[in-house]
Amino acid sequence: MMRARGLAFWLLLLPPVLWLGLLLIVPHVEIAILSFSERVGPRLYRFGFANYLAFLTEPLYWRTFARTAVMSIAVTAITLVVAFPVAFYIAKAARGVSKAVLFLLCLLPFWASELVRTLGWMILLRETGLVSALLQATGLSAGPVELLYNDGAVIVGLVYGGLLFMVVPLVNALDSLDFSLIEAGFDLGGSRIDVLRRVVIPHAMPGIVAGSIVVFMLTAGNFVTAALLGGKNGLWFTEQIYAQFIVRFNWPQGAAFGLLLLLLSSAIVWIGLKLTGQGFGETMRRS
Amino acid sequence: MKKRNIRLALAGAVAALCMGAGTGANAQTLRLITWADYAPKEVIEQFTKETGIAVEVTLSNNEEIISKLRATQGAGFDLAQPSQDRILGPQQDFNIYKPLDMSKIKTEQFIASMLDATQKNTTVAGKVYAVPHIWGTDGLIVNSKLAPNVNDYADLCGPGLENKVSFRVRRPLLIAFAFSMGMDPFASYGDKQAYAAMMDKVGAKLASCKKNVKFFWEGKDPLLAGLRSGELAAAIAWDTSGWKLNAEMPDIKFIAPKSGALGWIDTFAIPARGRADDAAYAWINFNMRREIAAKVAASAGNFTASRGADGLTKGKLKQQFLESFPQKAMDNIKWYPAVPAGIEDIEGKVLDRLKAASS
Amino acid sequence: MAEIADLSLARVTKRFGAHVAVDAVDFSAARGAFFSILGPSGCGKTTLMRMIAGFEMPSEGDIAIRGASMAGVPANRRPVNMVFQNLALFPTMTVGENVAYGLDCRGVARGEREARVRRILGRVGLADFIDRRVTQLSGGQRQRVAIARCLVLEPTILLLDEPLGALDLKLREHMKIELKRLQADFNTTFVYITHDQSEALVMSDQVAVMNRGRFEQVGSPRELYRDPASAFVAGFVGDANRWPAEFEAPNRVRLSGGATVAGRRFGPPSAGPATCFVRPESVALAPSAEALSALENRYSGKVVSVLFDGANSTLLVRADAGGFELRATLPQTGALAGVEKGAAVHFGWSAEAARIFAA
Repeated sequence: MMRARGLAFWLLLLPPVLWLGLLLIVPHVEIAILSFSERVGPRLYRFGFANYLAFLTEPLYWRTFARTAVMSIAVTAITLVVAFPVAFYIAKAARGVSKAVLFLLCLLPFWASELVRTLGWMILLRETGLVSALLQATGLSAGPVELLYNDGAVIVGLVYGGLLFMVVPLVNALDSLDFSLIEAGFDLGGSRIDVLRRVVIPHAMPGIVAGSIVVFMLTAGNFVTAALLGGKNGLWFTEQIYAQFIVRFNWPQGAAFGLLLLLLSSAIVWIGLKLTGQGFGETMRRS
Repeated sequence: MKKRNIRLALAGAVAALCMGAGTGANAQTLRLITWADYAPKEVIEQFTKETGIAVEVTLSNNEEIISKLRATQGAGFDLAQPSQDRILGPQQDFNIYKPLDMSKIKTEQFIASMLDATQKNTTVAGKVYAVPHIWGTDGLIVNSKLAPNVNDYADLCGPGLENKVSFRVRRPLLIAFAFSMGMDPFASYGDKQAYAAMMDKVGAKLASCKKNVKFFWEGKDPLLAGLRSGELAAAIAWDTSGWKLNAEMPDIKFIAPKSGALGWIDTFAIPARGRADDAAYAWINFNMRREIAAKVAASAGNFTASRGADGLTKGKLKQQFLESFPQKAMDNIKWYPAVPAGIEDIEGKVLDRLKAASS
Repeated sequence: MAEIADLSLARVTKRFGAHVAVDAVDFSAARGAFFSILGPSGCGKTTLMRMIAGFEMPSEGDIAIRGASMAGVPANRRPVNMVFQNLALFPTMTVGENVAYGLDCRGVARGEREARVRRILGRVGLADFIDRRVTQLSGGQRQRVAIARCLVLEPTILLLDEPLGALDLKLREHMKIELKRLQADFNTTFVYITHDQSEALVMSDQVAVMNRGRFEQVGSPRELYRDPASAFVAGFVGDANRWPAEFEAPNRVRLSGGATVAGRRFGPPSAGPATCFVRPESVALAPSAEALSALENRYSGKVVSVLFDGANSTLLVRADAGGFELRATLPQTGALAGVEKGAAVHFGWSAEAARIFAA
């Protein structure tokens, strides 16, 4: 009897251990080991910190990272501002069927792959595209307008891609907000801004934090949208990783970049949590 | 007792999985990693009919071929088609190919000079690693109405072309600009310091050229779309793309630049841990047959190293070729020599800077 | 009246589609009054309160506070604060922050704000809880925070929407006294909504009994108890035996079982069906008929059951003739204090104590 229970226990433990071990820990340990090797000659490598030093000493690399980080933070903030009213409407104003339909509408773009969604934006924004044609037809612009290949286009594409991941935790958080709390906020003399700032947002905080973490991490780690909509003037850090791995065959450097992306973006999330006074554990529990 | 049964069942399941994987890729399948249009459906069907060997095609490019084979130490594919200059360095560094058994290849089907050149460039430690298949050039695709003054690579940086130009941020770009700036990069392959200095100059020139760039192309479809719509006036690209556009829009032409088109040869090479060498040799010999090579040439829009195949090539392509390559331009083609290890690291930094810098 | 009423409603009506939730309600509450609106659920009392608070706008009629019309004044600009049924304390704030919220919104300076918060928390006995989270408080403490949060703003009117509903019985009894004390202390006009007649009777100066969107009667608890203006009020306020009957004379009815009851008729003389009410505490019990000779209505019967509840003990008695049952208060000091089930008793009541309404 004891034996059988022991077996069941180990069998139940097996999937998470395999999952974590094979898909998370083993690859990262290998990447870490790889990142500390330096190429000395053909098929000859030795242990060293050259790949990390390259990140620090070559402005190109850390500037690319800084740019990626700053833009990811901006994308996260814009996504939050756009998603909040949507989430509030879904959670508090919509009822029954319309609630489900609205949720579905948010989900709909994700039935197409990221590549297809990005190509959609390219069709809209390019010089000979729809928006440009519309601007000319309405007389708002004299000639064709190029809206693609700049930071604005990247931000639009990434905000679009992040929206759902912000809306879902926000709706979750706002669902539990009793409407009487909002009424009480008004009743006690609060303006709309007071109620939003002091009642609604604090209540939605776990959702805001969870959504922001997810959107930030997805954005910083994005490749397709940033590469396709992005301009000639700026690399996304993931493009740098791709370039090292695939184009330059410099795996150790790519591994170091990959690890740095993970560590630095985790650090940014940590700082964000500290600045807003949120605990990670508490956030995950409440959302 | 119970425990043992479960263990047995698990072992059985694992064994079954392994066997399934084993039989999935038997010797009667050729796993080919190659470029788009190099293995048209019609040719594959004929090959399978003649030999009974099925062909699985994976589309790729030089960098990916090397990366994928490196990741598996040469496993996963039975035949690859890297460019002849991209074999020596990666082979020295990563050991991803196996030497060819020339006795299994019908060498009489090849254009002798091209076979010799390829063998020479791909010989590592006295062993030959590749034979030629398709050749072509990098040059300029120009919309003659929008950019009438573009005759050389450096002309892309000229006035009046702001946001009208595109190129690919890969090594041919650096080589092309070096030539058009009056330098000879191939001559400096042996001297890394001189080569690095040369590349820095090229990088500076390209940085100043960036205001003219609309986007850096990666896949050829966005490039073709840009040229078709007139959003782009000129680009550095493959001859075949130029000829394809020329067939649709006569204003768009492929031009051999004044400082010389860059000539490349894509080859057949067998990955180090390929499992179907006989099928690979069969595919090579089959593809180099005149009539097959002509079909592939028509599909890819390029010429092959098969002796006598261009005699069968359709008139349009030939005419376009002659228009783009008068005898002088033909003689001026710069054929890529094999890239020694270490050269690509120098180029990589320059390319990274170019992409990350702002104009 | 020399003084303007704190709250006055003039023909206030609220319709939701075809449904009339509040139907032409008039009333005024004097300054410092404890005014209750008593009615069953769905009678429209919550809608009425939400209109006073400003969360709903009347379809017709006007609400005035200290003589100023509230038409078009949003909830956050009315001198009215509300204690919600579920209290609606902000769970993300501490006790002190909850109380300070309203002052903060008004822009009261930090120093004064803190002083006022401390003062009010002291008055409701929660001075030591200022930094606690509201989730860490007991039900009664939360109640007092909700009230303090409103009273700190010194509103003209405090609305309370069944705030005791969620509390257990003991605490509810305690809070009734507490609320009455607070109201006297602060001398603020309280408008209290409840479906619990005991809450309304214990605390209020004035009670409005509401039914189907209308006020059936407005008066002091004593008036409602003694002189109900309608059958609804007679049945809803206080406890009563209630029998369907038939008029025999202007002030006498015959119960459906055959017994006749002399009583006091409310409303104009009428014939046909009627309803007769007698409160359990108006029923006199005696071991012999002689003791009841002064009463107009006298009967004998058997004890069906004894419902012992200390001072609130009652007997359930079935009349020997006339086919009716009734509940009667059983004094725990009289001759019948120890009466058992099945015992024969005499009972009766004065004509004054029996109320007759035309049905």
